[in-house]
Amino acid sequence: MEFNTNFILGCSAIGAGLAVIAGIGPGVGQGIAAGHAAAAVGRNPGAKSDVTSTMLLGQAVAETTGLYGLLIAMLLLFVKPLVP
Amino acid sequence: MEQGILLSSAADIDFMVHGVFSYELFGQTVWITTTHVCVLIVMLVIIGFCIAANRVVKHASEVPGTFQNIVELVVEMLDNMVGGVMGKYAVSFRNYIGTIFIFILLSNISGLFGLRPPTADYGVTFALGIMTFVTIHFNKFKHQKVKGVIKGLCDPWPIWAPINVIGDIAVPISLSLRLFANILSGVVMMALVYGLLSKIAYIWPGALHVYFDLFSGAIQTYVFCMLTMTYIADACTTE
Repeated sequence: MEFNTNFILGCSAIGAGLAVIAGIGPGVGQGIAAGHAAAAVGRNPGAKSDVTSTMLLGQAVAETTGLYGLLIAMLLLFVKPLVP
Repeated sequence: MEQGILLSSAADIDFMVHGVFSYELFGQTVWITTTHVCVLIVMLVIIGFCIAANRVVKHASEVPGTFQNIVELVVEMLDNMVGGVMGKYAVSFRNYIGTIFIFILLSNISGLFGLRPPTADYGVTFALGIMTFVTIHFNKFKHQKVKGVIKGLCDPWPIWAPINVIGDIAVPISLSLRLFANILSGVVMMALVYGLLSKIAYIWPGALHVYFDLFSGAIQTYVFCMLTMTYIADACTTE
C-alpha cells in the first residue's frame, strides 16, 4: 500500500506532538520534589544549601523521561525515519 | 526530497551538525564535522589553561595571586566534590572525574561563545558514557573479583541475571542520553529563537542563554559526574 510522503510527514508531526506529552511526568515529579524541598527548608532553614543541591540533582535525574519524549519527537521531525 | 516540516519562512533555523570537509579512509567517506572543530577548540582552551596553571603552580607564592587563587579554588572544589561522594576510593578517581567535569562543563557552556556545544552530538556523550561503563566494570572485576560479579548478577535468584545485564547496559545509555538531550534541547530552543524571532531577538535572548547554557549545562555536568561517581563507588564496594 502506497502512502503519500506528505501524509507520512503529517502523521510524524502528530506523533511528535503526542511524544512530547511525556513532559507531564517530569513536570509533576519536579513540582513534588520542589514542594517537599520547600517544606524541608521551612522546617530546617539551616540546611538550605544541602536541600537545594539534593533537590536539583533529583530533579535533573527525574527530567530524563521527559527528555526521552523530546528525543522521539526530534527523531520523528528531523531524522524522518518513516519516510521511505 | 527537501521538503521540511518547518514553515517556509523559517528556512534559516539551523541546529544540525554540519560537515566541514570529508576524506577517504579505507574506502569509507569520513566527515570532519562542526563537532570535531568545537571539541578541538574546547580542548585547546583546556590545554592552554593547564599550561598556564602548571607554570603558576611551579612558581607558587605564599600569598596566592589572582590566577593561582582560581586554580586552587577549582582543584579544591573538585577534590571536595569527589571526596564527599566516593570517600576512601576518592584518591584514585580524582583525576578522571575532574577531567570529565571540566571537559563537559566547558563543552556545555561553549554555546555562550557562539559554538555549537560538542555535547549536543550523541557521538561525544556516548563516548563519555562508554568510558563510565568501562571504568565501572573494570573496577567491579578488580575489587569484587569474578565470583563477586557473578554473585551480583544473580542477585535475588539466578533467573534474574538477564534483567541485571539489561540494567547494566542501560547505565551508559541513560547517562549519555540525559546529557545529550538536555544540551540538544537548549540548542534547539536557541536556534528557534534566533531563527523565528530574528527581527526582535536583540538583548533578551541573553536570559535564555543564561538558563540553557549556564544553568542547565552546569546542572547536567554535576549530575553526570555525580552519577558516574556513585556507580564507580558502588562497583568498588565489596560486601
